[in-house]
Order: sequence, then C-alpha cells, then structure tokens
Amino acid sequence: MKRQRLNSQESLKKYREALVKARDPNQKVITVCGGTGCIAYGCKKVVEAFKTELEKQGLTDKVKLLVTGCHGFCERGPLVVIRPENLFYQRVKAEDVPEVIEKTVKNGELIERLQYEGKDKKKILKEEDIPFYAKQQRTIFGFNGYVDPKSIDDYIAIGGYSALPKALLEMTSEKIIDEVKKSGLRGRGGGGFLTGAKWEICAAQADQTKYIVCNADEGDPGAYMDRSVLEGNPHSIIEGMLICAKAIGASHAYVYVRNEYPLAVENLGIAIEQARELGLLGKKILGSDVDFDITVNRGGGAFVCGEETALLNSLMGKTGEPHQKPPYPAISGLFGKPTIINNVETWANVPLIISKGSAWFASIGTEKSKGTKIFSLVGKINNTGLVEVPMGMTLREIVYDIGGGILKDKKFKAIQTGGPSGGCLPEEKLDLMVDFDKLTEAGSMMGSGGMIVMDESTCMVDLARYFIDFLKGESCGKCTPCREGLKQMSGILNRICDGNGTEADIETLKDMSETVKDASICALGGTAPNPVLSTIKYFRNEYEAHIRDKKCLAHTCKKLIKFEINQKCTGCTRCVKTCPTTAISGKVKTVHNIDQGKCIQCGVCVDRCPFEAIDVD
Amino acid sequence: MDNAKVDKIVEKHKKDSCQLIGILQDVQKVFNYLPKSALDHLAKKLDIPESQVYNVATFFKAFSLNPRGKHIVHVCMGTACHVRGAKRIMEDVARELSIPEAGGNTKDMEHTVEQVNCVGACALGPVIIYDGEYHGSMTPEKTLKLFKK
Ligand SMILES: Cc1cc2nc3c(=O)[nH]c(=O)nc-3n(C[C@H](O)[C@H](O)[C@H](O)COP(=O)(O)O)c2cc1C
Ligand code: FES
Ligand code: FES
Repeated sequence: MKRQRLNSQESLKKYREALVKARDPNQKVITVCGGTGCIAYGCKKVVEAFKTELEKQGLTDKVKLLVTGCHGFCERGPLVVIRPENLFYQRVKAEDVPEVIEKTVKNGELIERLQYEGKDKKKILKEEDIPFYAKQQRTIFGFNGYVDPKSIDDYIAIGGYSALPKALLEMTSEKIIDEVKKSGLRGRGGGGFLTGAKWEICAAQADQTKYIVCNADEGDPGAYMDRSVLEGNPHSIIEGMLICAKAIGASHAYVYVRNEYPLAVENLGIAIEQARELGLLGKKILGSDVDFDITVNRGGGAFVCGEETALLNSLMGKTGEPHQKPPYPAISGLFGKPTIINNVETWANVPLIISKGSAWFASIGTEKSKGTKIFSLVGKINNTGLVEVPMGMTLREIVYDIGGGILKDKKFKAIQTGGPSGGCLPEEKLDLMVDFDKLTEAGSMMGSGGMIVMDESTCMVDLARYFIDFLKGESCGKCTPCREGLKQMSGILNRICDGNGTEADIETLKDMSETVKDASICALGGTAPNPVLSTIKYFRNEYEAHIRDKKCLAHTCKKLIKFEINQKCTGCTRCVKTCPTTAISGKVKTVHNIDQGKCIQCGVCVDRCPFEAIDVD
Repeated sequence: MDNAKVDKIVEKHKKDSCQLIGILQDVQKVFNYLPKSALDHLAKKLDIPESQVYNVATFFKAFSLNPRGKHIVHVCMGTACHVRGAKRIMEDVARELSIPEAGGNTKDMEHTVEQVNCVGACALGPVIIYDGEYHGSMTPEKTLKLFKK
C-alpha cells in the first residue's frame, strides 16, 4: 500500500484517528512472540500453524494474528497471549494450535497444560498476574507485546509518534533539552551520563553539520535488551532520534547494529522505509523545518566497538580503536563534527519523556537514577528473560520475586552485573537497591543491564579468569597497560586455576589491577580489573583454597578435581562405553575403575551414570 | 569473474569507503570467507590502501581470511552461556568433530566451528547457532544429536 505523506500535525492526528477507529478494542487477537528466544524454541512453526488453522476454520476476518517482538519471558517460549483477555499460554507447539483455536479462541475454554503454574501449583490465567511480570514496570518494553514491529500503523495506533509533533512544532530546542535534563535520564549504555546535559553541550556547538548515532552494538555478553527493543519496537528509537535532531540541529543519524542481530537490521530497515513513506523521515518533517534521515550500519563484532570513540572510527570505515577523550564526541565526533551518541534504551525513553513529561519520568526511580531499566536476567535462575523494573528495586526482589529463585533450588552464590568489566556481588548484597551509584559503590556497575546469576557450581576464580581472558582478547592493543596488563593478569589467574598459584599472587593481582585501571586510554581497560577486584573482595576464600589447598570449591577447575567411582556403581558399563579416552575399565556387574592418568575430566561419565556413582572431588 | 562480484557489491555501497565493514560482510557472504584476491581488488576499487582493508578485515571477529566449511557452527561462549556450561558444550563439539577446542574446520570441510561471545539469546543458554538457526538450552546429548543428523 502506498501511503500518503503526512505534512502537518493535523494530518498525523487524522491518520491516527482513522487507524484507531478502524480497530475494535474487543478484537480477538492471537499474539505470538516472534522474538529470537521464541524463534529458537520453534515459534515460526506455531505462527504457520495458526495461519493454516485460522484459514481452515474461516476465521481470518474475525481473529487477528499478531507476531510481535520479545515479550521478555523467553525461558517459557514460544509464548502466545490471547487478547483482549490477556490469556497467557507458554511453550506452545504447532500441534497445540488447533486445540487453542477450537477451545480457547472459539469457546473461551482454557487449556490447562499450556498455562503457567504458580508456586502453589495453581494455574495463572492472565499475563499480568504471572509473578515474573507482576512486579515489573514495563514502560518501554511493554509495547513489544502489542505491536507488529513491521507495521508503523501499529505503533501509531497505540500512540506512537505523538511526542514527535509536540517536539517538532510546539517546543523550542531549549525546551526539549530542558525537559530531558529535568527528567534526570541517564545514558543506558553503561556510563550513566546525563543525557540532557550531553545534548546541551552538543546544541551549543556552532557547526552547521551535526550527527546523531544510536549505539546498538550491545557487546556485553549476557545482555540482549537492546536487541529486543530494536527488533520489537524500532519506531520508538526512530522517534527518540528525531526529537534529538530538533534539539541539537542534526539532520542525519547512523544506527550501528551488531552483526549478530540480522532481525534487528531487517526490522529497523522496514521501519525506516515506512517512516519515509509517511514523511516522518525526509525533508520538512510534519511541516517543520527539520530534515532528517537514518542510515543503518552493521558492526563487525568487536566488544571495544561499543565504546563511543571506537564506534565512531568504525562508522568511518576504520578499525574500531578508541581514542583519548577529550575531545568528547558531543564536540568533535563523526567526521570531526559534533555528535550525539546514545544507547538504544536511552533513545526509547526519550519519546515517553516528551509525551508524558519530565515530572512523570522523574517520579520513577531513586534520587539520582530516574526511570526504569531493562535487565537481562540470566544464568542459574528459574525465570530467565528480560525484565524492566523501576530503578531502586532490590536485587533480592529481582532474583527471587521476579526471577523465581535459583535453578533446581540450589544455593545463590553471586550475581554479576555490568558486563565483563562489572563486578560480582555476594549474597550479603542482595538487599542492595539497584541504581547507577549503589552498584558502583558496591564495586560493580550498571553497565548495560546484564544480570548473571550464579549458584554454588560456579567457581569465582574461574569466572574472573573468564572475564580477563575475554577482555584480553577484546583489548584493541593500542595502549600498553590494557594490552600487557591484562595478559599478565590472565597468566596469573590461569596459574591459580591450574593449582600453581602462590601466596603472593592475590596481592600482585590487586596491584596490577590498580595500574591497569589508572593508566588505560578507554574505559575497557579502566574497568577491566573489576571482576578480579570484586571476586577477591567477596570471595577471597576461593582464591585461597585454590592456592593453599589446591582445591576448587565449585569443582570446576579441571586440574584440581578428580573423578572417582563409588560403591553405588552397579557395573552397567554405560560409562565404560562412553568414556572418550577409554579411561574407565570394568566388567559387567562389578564396580568400575577410572585410570586417573587417562582421565581428562570431561564429565561425560557423570552425565551418563544413572546411579550417581561417580564422585567429583 | 570473482572481481565482477566484488564490483557489484562496491557499486551497491556507492563506492563509499566508510561502508568498508558492510562491504566486507557482503563479500564474505558471497565467498564464505575473504579471499586475498577479492581484498586486493577491493582496495583498488575503493581507492584506499590495501593496509586499511586488511587492518579492518583482521580486526573484526566476523571476518575470516581462510576458507570455511559447508556448515557454519557458532558456539556461544558469552557469560550467560558460560555459567550454564558452554565450555563443556564446546569441548564436546570439538571432540565429536575432531577439531581444536578453540574451533576450526573439520578435515572434510563439512563444518567450520567458531566460538562467539553472546548471540543475544542469553535466556536460553547454552546456545549453538547452526547455519543461522538457533538451538537453545543445549545439553551434551542435544549437541551430539545436532551433528549426527
Ligand atoms: C568497552 C566499552 C564497551 C561499550 N559497549 C557499549 C555497548 O555495547 N552499547 C552501548 O550503548 N554503550 C556501550 N559503551 C558505552 C559507550 O561508550 C557510550 O558511553 C554510550 O554509547 C553513550 O550512550 P548513553 O549515554 O545513552 O549510554 C561501551 C563503553 C566501553 C568503554
Ligand atoms: S523471544 Fe519470546 S519472550 Fe523473548
Ligand atoms: S551469552 Fe550466550 S547468547 Fe548471550
């Protein structure tokens, strides 16, 4: 369908009214999550099955099928929500579809096996009553469940692009910046810099050409909210950038998307095309004097490229090496011009602040951290997924009330926040209120919002080694403290994990951490020692056990563990047959034996044994 | 003939050397890796030094200067997958395919295995991507099945 250009506030209003009028609020909608998590669980087949079945039953006119972006509760995918009642079905398979249509859609009957079961074994009917969702405040992420990301009309119908005419036609640049400043919005990409203050600096530059950049590199392993916002609601990002364009006087933006996110690139591309058709991108937008367009660039897969100066280099076709700041991008950025670079989630907040007002935004959160934050709650936790909560909620509420506690009722050991260069917080810190400053005080950081939960089976020394090895690999190599320092620290950590650590190693690690922190060019090196420092601070006993007793308390460091067969062995020979190094010997119905010289601690035998007859020590 | 393919990609990106990363991605899509001849030709076409092309091609993880196998397997080693046992999954893949634990090509060039840091499906860790298709909550058994089919 060729759309008509909207060239005034009035025409947008009419367009929206027509859309809303054509939509029945009581319309039966079958919402299927089409986010990456649910795709992995096979939701595409579910969508196909719904299409076929609706056609077969002649219901295509009566029932709408809506394929959306991620709903957040990925662990239970594929998710299906039936509106307007918000009936929630989880782990839906294609085979379930005819029954869903026949029973639930046509006759309002529930299918118990697809419902969510609460702790008390009671089935929960509605999406909003599920504990995972009940405590969240999904001001940004909630839209995902209501829009087809490939439809600009869906976004407009739920009130999208209503901040835009306000900003473009009713507000001055100063007023917009003032609102964003007053809201207290801080960047969601990690640094937590005040967004309004950054815009103000950029707006004050005299240059004719200025740029806007959306940082969608999301290099933080374990975090995927930027992906899900971009995939599920791309227009909110476009609207945020448009508002900034007016505020600082920019006419072009670049979105730098991770190479691993093809669906985000696709949906964003479609969104941009549709916005152009409606004239919401292009010249004289809505009759204002703002011209604006957006280019999408794909990243090449390097963690350091998420750092703003490295990202800008990479946008100019160079390697993604950071440079020393100042100059800050707001003064001299892309092609030497003043540039505003903000994170995906930061952008998504902007339209809400403009349409609902800074006071509304500032009423959520803590004194110095306003609004909500989306976290990626993953690791050894029952309800893994994306959660959006007001700043200031405690870790305990997030882990236990929303996350449903630790997998298999094991014991909580630590939660890692802030990405590879964040920190690990122990159980004593569970009552910490999560905001930018509190996390930093505790020796971790907000980062982009990864929250990785660990139980007793994670070795904290091995984890520190994992992060340092990761950062060593991702260091661009430009400055010596980061490049060489991390290499040395990795050497020491590997030595400790192998059981060859010495008493002096812990202090040496601490000393080196300080040097790397202080002397590196960019924040990659500047924060890289955090995982080492925080694990030494809170889990020093584990370091000491490796060094003094040559023991790994979590039983994961291979050089420090031994597999042995106990008396529960029935002599079934399963392990004998599967051991890849033929280290296990034994005859049928006699207790087997492991040749320690041949054993490579791969753990295949433990998985195979049905009798728990193999001990790890 | 190969040069013509490169030319087409360069045209698509309007000969803009700022698009170098995107151009390299498209070249890699066509050839499955970045052949030396294509890179040399690319430098000429874009009128930039070969060193810049190689600099970018070797900096980013997404690029491979060596030929790759028929099926591309990405094993996620990101933090969320790590704490749920990604290392063990990688070891199993390596053992099953007789390749080094760091990844690589199988002898028959059927598979190329690469370790990646987070593929953005962290709730389902450990994750393997087989020819672009996501497989979540991998266990050692599920992993072996993936290669047996
Ligand atoms: C090593 C490193 C990696 C970073 N990665 C990201 C990233 O993946 N996404 C992001 O938005 N910001 C990232 N940042 C932060 C950016 O440098 C920058 O602060 C941010 O894009 C600014 O936007 P904001 O104010 O909206 O947060 C990273 C910083 C460092 C030092
Ligand atoms: S992808 Fe479906 S809930 Fe996240
Ligand atoms: S850490 Fe493996 S998908 Fe994110």
